[in-house]
Amino acid sequence: MIVQFKPSALRQTRWCEYLIRFGLGGAMTVVAGLIAARFGPVIGGLFLAFPAIFPASATLIEKHVRERKEKAGLPGARRGKEAAALDAIGAALGSVGLAAFGLVIWLMIVQSSGWALGLAAASWLAVAMLAWRVRRWL
Amino acid sequence: MLEYALRFLAGGIAVSAFAALGDTLRPKSFAGLFGAAPSIALATLLITVSQKGAPFAALEGRSMIVGAFALAAYSWVVCVLLKKFLLSSWTATIAALVVWFVAALGISAALFQPS
Repeated sequence: MIVQFKPSALRQTRWCEYLIRFGLGGAMTVVAGLIAARFGPVIGGLFLAFPAIFPASATLIEKHVRERKEKAGLPGARRGKEAAALDAIGAALGSVGLAAFGLVIWLMIVQSSGWALGLAAASWLAVAMLAWRVRRWL
Repeated sequence: MLEYALRFLAGGIAVSAFAALGDTLRPKSFAGLFGAAPSIALATLLITVSQKGAPFAALEGRSMIVGAFALAAYSWVVCVLLKKFLLSSWTATIAALVVWFVAALGISAALFQPS
């Protein structure tokens, strides 16, 4: 299956939904920092992989798919849940990449912060895409 | 205070950017990869390095590996709750947070000494 890029999909999201994501993302980043300051890096680091905006994103996906199907005169409730479930499968595969990100940071950030962040981001993307590809082969 | 204002801004921008990128991609399972993007980490690790030092950030990275596996378990449970139990996305994703907390804190307690 070919991966498609559809910028027009951005129009489906309302400005208040973008605002909710921004607020949740910002708030979770602050909370992760406060937790690290209070409980140390061992507990704080866990929250760098907390599913902060996943509930909002999955709810939006379900809502958008349901509305699109109902607009076309089709029952949309089940299709909305299925679309959100597919998103969750993707997040599970992306988590493998996130572990690779953490591994690179753990091993390299003391030597060079900038290089470690760049390599970690590249590792996340490569491993996540590989996991997605492997799942399709299986 | 400035540090946390900066964290809020950087985190909000990074999370929104990855979420918007995920919106534009198809199929949905591929777009979902961006639900596990290192948005908070990318936004804050440089701030952490400058404020608390690189060894602190390295320990956060090590814990992040555990958090990532907890996120995988969480996502799988969300998928099951949606497909098998037909819960709404909001209910499934909030209920499954218990799985993330149990997995992340449980594995962390088993593997690491608190510092």
